[in-house]
Order: sequence, then C-alpha cells, then structure tokens
Amino acid sequence: MARDDRHPRRRTMRARVAAAGAALALTAPMAACGSDGEGGVPTLNLYQFPVESFQHVIDTCNQQANGRYRVVYQVLPRTADDQRVQMVRRLAAEDDSMDILGLDVTWTQEFASADWILEWTGADKAAIEDGTLPGPLASAEYKNRLYAAPNNTNVQLLWYRKDLVSSPPKTWDEMISQAQRLKSAGKKPFQILTMGAQYEGLVVLFNSLVASAGGHVVDDSGDKAVMDAGTVKALRVMKKLATSGVVSPSFSNSIEDDVRLAYQSGAGAFEVNWPYVYASMQGDAPQILAKTGWARYPAIDANTPSVTTIGGSNMAVSAYSKHPGLAFEAIKCLRNAENQEYLAINAGQAPSIEAVYDRPDMAKAYPMRETLLEELKDAAPRPRTPAYQNLSTVVAAELSPPSAIDPQRTADSLRTSIQKAIDSQGVLP
Amino acid sequence: MSVSSTTPATTAEELSEGGRRELPQKRAKAALSEGKRQERRLGWLLCAPAALVMVAVTAYPILYSFWLSLQRYDLKFPSEREFVWFANYATVLSNGYWWTAFGVTLLITVVSVAVELVLGMALALVMHRTLIGRGLVRTSALIPYGIVTVVAAFSWRYAWTPSTGYLANLLSDGAPLTERASALSIIILAEIWKTTPFMALLLMAGLALVPEDLLKAASMDGASAWQRFTRVMLPVMKPAILVALLFRTLDAFRVFDNIYVLTNGANETSSVSMIAYNNLMKGLNLGIGSTMSVLIFLAVAIIAFVFVKLFGTAAPGSSDEGRR
Repeated sequence: MARDDRHPRRRTMRARVAAAGAALALTAPMAACGSDGEGGVPTLNLYQFPVESFQHVIDTCNQQANGRYRVVYQVLPRTADDQRVQMVRRLAAEDDSMDILGLDVTWTQEFASADWILEWTGADKAAIEDGTLPGPLASAEYKNRLYAAPNNTNVQLLWYRKDLVSSPPKTWDEMISQAQRLKSAGKKPFQILTMGAQYEGLVVLFNSLVASAGGHVVDDSGDKAVMDAGTVKALRVMKKLATSGVVSPSFSNSIEDDVRLAYQSGAGAFEVNWPYVYASMQGDAPQILAKTGWARYPAIDANTPSVTTIGGSNMAVSAYSKHPGLAFEAIKCLRNAENQEYLAINAGQAPSIEAVYDRPDMAKAYPMRETLLEELKDAAPRPRTPAYQNLSTVVAAELSPPSAIDPQRTADSLRTSIQKAIDSQGVLP
Repeated sequence: MSVSSTTPATTAEELSEGGRRELPQKRAKAALSEGKRQERRLGWLLCAPAALVMVAVTAYPILYSFWLSLQRYDLKFPSEREFVWFANYATVLSNGYWWTAFGVTLLITVVSVAVELVLGMALALVMHRTLIGRGLVRTSALIPYGIVTVVAAFSWRYAWTPSTGYLANLLSDGAPLTERASALSIIILAEIWKTTPFMALLLMAGLALVPEDLLKAASMDGASAWQRFTRVMLPVMKPAILVALLFRTLDAFRVFDNIYVLTNGANETSSVSMIAYNNLMKGLNLGIGSTMSVLIFLAVAIIAFVFVKLFGTAAPGSSDEGRR
C-alpha cells in the first residue's frame, strides 16, 4: 500500500498538466477573436438590437471610411432586457471587443454613471449637437455632459376615429368626456385604448402625464426623488382614466400590440400609441385607416401643450474600446442625415435630426411628420438617473393596476421607493 | 524485541518466522492502525485534487459573495462603493418582495416535492415490476427528465398561451399565465412533469434493496399488498426515500428556469433565485444581489442540515445505511 499510493498522485499530476494544456489550447483561438481584421484595417464591433436594413448603412459608412475602419454589426437579441444584460455583462468584465453600443434611450445615464461609455467632447460633440432635436439630445445627456449620439427617436400620437369624433380632443379630460358621450349615445366603438399593463409602457404614460403637468419625478441631477404637485396631478388623471368606464376592460393588462390590434379591429374610438400603428393599419386594416386621424398627444391643461415621453436609441463608444477615436468617427457617419433618412424610409425609424423631416421622400413614409415634429420639439426624456431600470420597475409595480391609484398616497410612497432605488437600497421584485 | 525464543542462536528467518507467529496477539492493534493511517493518507491524497477544485470553484465564490454582501456595491455607482456591514441584510430581510418570493419558493418546493414523491413511487413500482418491455418502459418514463428544462418550459408556455395553445382554454377563457394562482399551478405542474422521472429513478434504486424473500415471508404471514408496501417496503426503502427527498428539495428550492420562461416573475410568481438574478444581473446591484445569494445558500444549508441530522439521511450504500 505504501508504494501504491504514489501512482495515483503521479497520475493526477500528469492529468492536471494535460488538463491545463487542453485549457490553453481551447483559449488560444479565443484570444485571436478580438483582434483586428484582415489587412490591418481596424475592426469596430457594433453591438445593437436588430434593425432592418441597418447593414446597408454600415456598408455605406465602411465604403466612405476608405480603409480606415471596418464596422461589423453584432446583432443583439430582440428583447430589451436581453440586450441590456448581455452588454452589461461584457462591460462589467471590461470586454475590449465592443466598440460601438446601440443603447435604448433609458440606458444612457446608467452606462455613463458606471463609466462604461465615453463622453463626447469638442468637435465631435458639436457635430452631434448640430441640427439634432433638443428632446432626443437631452436623452443622451447625463449631468450636463453628452455621452451618446441620438440615432432614431420616437413619440406617441393620438389616433382617433374621424367618423365618430368631429375634432380631436386637446386634453385627457376632454377625451374622456367625448368617449363617455359616445357611450351614453349608444355609439360603438367608444373606448380609449392605450397601454396600462405593469411594464415600461405604463411608466411612459405616467412620465408623459407628469411632464405635461409640469411635474418632476427626480431632480435634474438624477440623485434625488422629487414627486411634486405635478406628479399628483398626473396620477389623478391616470386614476380618472382607469375608472371612467371608457377604457378597455383589459386596460390593466395591455401592451403596445394589444392596443394596436384592438384599435385595428374597430374596438376603439381613440388610441394613444407609437407611430408604427400607421404602417400596420396600412397593411392589415385599410378600412379603419381611412377613418383614422391623428393629433398631438393629449395635454393635462387645455392652455399648456402636452409634453410626451421620448423613445428611440442612442449610440455610444465603449470605454474599453481599443479604437475610441475611430468609433466616434464611425458613429458620426452611421447617424448622419442621409443614413437617418434611409432608415426612416426603409426601417420606419423616426430621425433625430430635424432637417431630415423636410426631405421630399419623407412625406410618403411619414404623413404624420408635422405632428410628430411638433411633439418632438417639446418632448421630455424619462427620468434621467442611472437607477432608471430600478425606478421603472418600482413605478410600474406601484401604479398597477391604475384604477387602484390613490394620488397623494401613491406619490408619497413612490417618492420613498424611488429614493431607495437611487441609493441602491431598493430591492427589485 | 519481546519475541521469546527457546534457542539463543536464531537465524533471521527463524526470528521473522517466530515474529510472524506471535504478531496476531501482540501487535494486532498497532499493525491495523498503521495500515489504517496509510489508507487514510491515501484517501486524503486521492480526494485532494477534487477537494482543491471544490475549494476553488465553490468556497471562493461563496466567500466572495459574502464579502460583496457586506458592501454597498452597485455597478451603476462605482464611486459610491462602501463597506456597510449587515445593512444589506436588513434591507433584504425587511423587504416585502423578498418574503413574497420566499413564500412562493416554499410553496413550489413543498407541493412539487410531495406530489413528485407519490407519483415517483408509483412510477418506480411500475418500472420495477414490469416484466415485458422493461427497457422500453424505463426509457420512455425518463424522457421528460432528458428534455432541457428551458425547452420544455417554452412548450408549456405556448401550450398555455391563448392564441397558440391547446391547453389555454381548458380551464377558463382567460390567459392562465397572467393570473397568480393559475400561473403558480402551471409552474408547479411543469416542475412535477419534469422531475418525477428523476424521483422515480432514485426510488427504484431503493426498491432494488428490498429482498424478495422478505416480501414472500410477509405474504405467507397473510400481509396484504398494502401492508407489504407500508410495513416492509417503506421501512427498507427509507434511506433511499430520504436521499431522493433531499435531492429534490434542494433542487426545487432553487427553481429558476421554469419561472423565467413561463412568467418571468410577473404577478408575484418570482422565486428567490429569480429575484436574486433580477437584482444582480438586471439591477447591477452586487451588494443586494449577493446578500440574496448568501441567504439562499443559508436556506439550502439549513434544508440539508435538517435532512441529514434530524431525519438521518445518508447515502444508500454507506455504512450508516442499515441504521433504522
């Protein structure tokens, strides 16, 4: 026995050496992955959600770069959570193979605060600010510094049935009473359709109402929860809408597509939703489209124009990129006016550069462009705090279902839970 | 040497011969302990690589999680990292979401393991007693366990989604996955469907331990089938049952994938693993998230302790096994 016990040990030593060798052999090709492409042209990896026809834009920019860089499109998963989790995991591990990041507008402040994306300064910054709509630009800023370049943008519009309503309502109150009048007159449809499920869409509705009422959820620095009188006013409107008897019974469970389908099937007199419903009606419900008009998002007060929540995406340079200078340059090309126009027409993405809306080809793709532009000029970003993801989760949880809102009490309890989220003491459900 | 020889002139061979003859009485104990010590040393050496790897891959992360759980450490606010002692524990343990998730996890664990035990036992008896096509029966019973949980969960999800599913309108007109009670039932059902074969497999190993003679003797004494099952089979199988329960309880307590796919935690259906994932991976809050991981680890450790110390669970085949 005394002799035998040496054999296993020797064997494990050898096995361990073999295992280490195998591990090295496996990782060796990986090391080559992040390095530059053929012929010494630096490769810029662009991580972004799937966008139709985006490869065409990349090809255009690669051609114009004339061998200085080559952008490669790394397509992220479809759902926002999956996109964010993948980028965050790589950034936390300081992955230097990511150069350009396509960010949802709500992630910009979070990534900036985490020091994961580079600030835009000097001439690069001036180039981005030039001609870009103020709303989208604000969504790319954190503590008065620019951290991303707005690519496309988005705002919701009011869609209404011209055959039932003679003039579109200016305010939520007006829309509710118009719907109630239709209902009591026995007209069908009379419903107001919009998103009320416990998710980001509910937070967008809340934010638009708060901004329209002149309220604040967090202060300008994003460090402190405010929840002032304006937010209470907004909550009162939300509560009124949910208990008015003119929203769909599934209001508290509706997301964008439910709303779009319900309106398309003729179930609603009013729909508050993103512009993509227009293209969808063109294809699936032309008879409803013929009876549909659009107007500016409803306001809280008839004399104060509405302020709507901005959607869309921004492009930023990763702090771990090996070619930050080239990445800034590539972004300037990818989001320039020509490419924004191409994507607006081919992928239905609303441009963030104002002048693009005046181009002749835009009239056909965006018949509602004037209303859109009008809203975009007054639009508000969502609360600009690095803890937005947490804030959004707790807001959606506390406001659901909207019929159970108790304006003052809900505002007070939100102030506490939002402050906790900002102080990293909040627990996410 | 204390070896007593009759002749003073003894050769080495004789001495050793005599020594060998005398050893059993005088040095039996010393020789045995020498051998045992060497055996033990060999045992340690043999398991050292495994133990080292275990330390590297489990002990280090556990300690690191614990270290993180004592800090305010949020990737969103890298400059505000600070040591906060047990403040994160106070935050988590006083939070409603955590306790809701804890309750959901306990419910899923208790219900699914209880149902699996009954179904698994029935399945084990069937597999054990099958005479024809035994291989076929056993293989087909194991198919659910062989399917990747996420894949199975997706097929359950589509089955229960109104427009695409064949099960959605079975119970009511609504969407079963959007209401809490029905969603939890579906999660438990998916868990049971998935892991009953595993339970059955472990129990079948226990069934093999039941001597056929014992059953025949009991039957000679007039024991009914039910009496033979409860008085003979169950006591003999007890160690195997406890091991099966321990494995499944630990497994069920960490339930994640079915919930992630089926409801993603909506309508208060999050388990503790889900909520830890949400805080760590989505919330980027390493402090709070690690606190939850440590709490889950403690809960799992307590479950294992209760099973091992209070119920006397031991691995089948170990020396304690016959103790009942």
